[in-house]
Amino acid sequence: MEFRRIEESIFKALMILSLVFVIGSLLFVVGVILWRGLPVLSFDMITKTGEGGYLLGKGGGILNAIVGSLYLAAGGTILAFFLSIAIAFYLQKEYSGGTRLSGLTRLSLDILWGTPSIVYGAFGYIVLIYFHIRASLLGGIIVLALLEIPIMTRAMEEVLKMVPGDLKETAYSLGATRFETTLKVVGKQALPGLLTGVLMAFGRGIGDAASILFTAGYTDRIPGTLFDATASLPIAIFSQLSTPLPQVQQKAYASAVILLVIVLVISIITRLLAKKYTRFIIK
Amino acid sequence: MNTRRLKDVLSSRLMLAATVFAFLLLFFMAAGLFFRASPILITVPISDLLFSIEWSPFSGKFGFYPFIMGTLWVTVLATVIAIPVSLLSSIYLSEYASNGLREMVMPLVDLLAGIPSVVYGLFGVLAVVPFINDTLAPAMGAETIGGYSILAGGIVLSIMVFPIIISVTGEVMRRVSGELREVSLSLGATKWQTIKHVVLRKARPGIIAAIVLGFSRAFGETMAVLMVVGNVAKVPSSIFDPAYPLPALIANTYGEMMSIDLYDSAILLAALILLLVVLICNVIARIILVRIERGII
Repeated sequence: MEFRRIEESIFKALMILSLVFVIGSLLFVVGVILWRGLPVLSFDMITKTGEGGYLLGKGGGILNAIVGSLYLAAGGTILAFFLSIAIAFYLQKEYSGGTRLSGLTRLSLDILWGTPSIVYGAFGYIVLIYFHIRASLLGGIIVLALLEIPIMTRAMEEVLKMVPGDLKETAYSLGATRFETTLKVVGKQALPGLLTGVLMAFGRGIGDAASILFTAGYTDRIPGTLFDATASLPIAIFSQLSTPLPQVQQKAYASAVILLVIVLVISIITRLLAKKYTRFIIK
Repeated sequence: MNTRRLKDVLSSRLMLAATVFAFLLLFFMAAGLFFRASPILITVPISDLLFSIEWSPFSGKFGFYPFIMGTLWVTVLATVIAIPVSLLSSIYLSEYASNGLREMVMPLVDLLAGIPSVVYGLFGVLAVVPFINDTLAPAMGAETIGGYSILAGGIVLSIMVFPIIISVTGEVMRRVSGELREVSLSLGATKWQTIKHVVLRKARPGIIAAIVLGFSRAFGETMAVLMVVGNVAKVPSSIFDPAYPLPALIANTYGEMMSIDLYDSAILLAALILLLVVLICNVIARIILVRIERGII
């Protein structure tokens, strides 16, 4: 065999090895969390809120963190949705085509996408102080919305770009305004894709800890109003693990299983949605 | 003006406002952090802030050098581990793998990107840290603080960086035209020679952009690193040393931040430094990627 064939097989082997390594690390991460977390996961963990001194080893569960996380991520996603959909619509050709604003906004969103969540946390903290809002559900929702906007908008924009120009032209030629076309033709056509973007952002929001570390607070109770402090799963995992007590640390493993399952389920639903609805789209 | 037109104009104004907000958000962030960080920038010379190793906020010493070095060690290590693994995987996926395999693997890569960073951190604590403490460090004759080290941070971070390098590189390689490949193949080059001399050469700027994006992702990662890296504010000298990266500093010191003069300002300066580094990395990467998209490179 000539040298170049040998070289090719060596590199091919290395590539397959790398790919196995990447997929292997995914399975390993998920495996380790399940292996250590499942045995300590109990029914009480999911159905009870923390009793006073939970982090000091007192009883109870992390229902407060589960519900808190759902509130935070849902609130953040709803808030981000209204802004993102408006931005994504506006970035279409007929609104901002050829203007400098559209290019700069895309660049800005890309940079924001790459901005570390701890920076959002620090910025959010400044904003909360400025507006005299305490660390609360509302604070967490605002920061998560900011964090989710770039993800959602870019995902939505990609989907809107895929809508065939002919469809729009048809609507315009029938005398529809830009708004009518956008809402009733483009929006409808792109709906599954838009939903995918929303779910993606929700998944990112529910797993993020650094951004809400300063802005959502922590409490053993389920928040009753927007102005109450709220626990969240990622921060619950972090604080439980930071205690010196092994029995509390174990609860962190179980909490991680819950968070991981939520994120995996969202990701699977996103994929199924995308698959199911693309069948009904006019290509 | 009829209501339909009115609706069109009104909605367009609202959408414009949202877009301007998104565009300005970055400026708001940078300006807000700069404004709150300015007290320390005025009192302490920048050279001291960046290059002094003394960090004792209680006596007014704010040297970020150990934190900056800690961040760089962890980030560079993670990037160095991630580059070969992700590039080789990505080449395989875009050049060799069948469509079926690619469609099976890419969702898994996306999943890797979707796992929350605290979960990665916990994985590090449960698997990587003990491995370094019990097996690797003794075998290498190195000492660690219970396994919490730059190496642990680098390993965990590298897994988090895989998906971004893989997906951006894949995208860039798919943009290399089929004709170029065919020309090379028709000259008798093997597939690997074609990849090496044609595809990779053509895709090089894009691959650099992918690596820069991966680096910047690792640079700002907070929770996962914070949980495994040891958090000791000393300039590290080996990968078995602990480190204290900037994001971990911000996350950890929040509680004490309010009470001491300038402390709060110093922490927000750390956030500003993170934002600026990430901003520069992203601008470079995006400029390259946009040029590729337009066919300039």
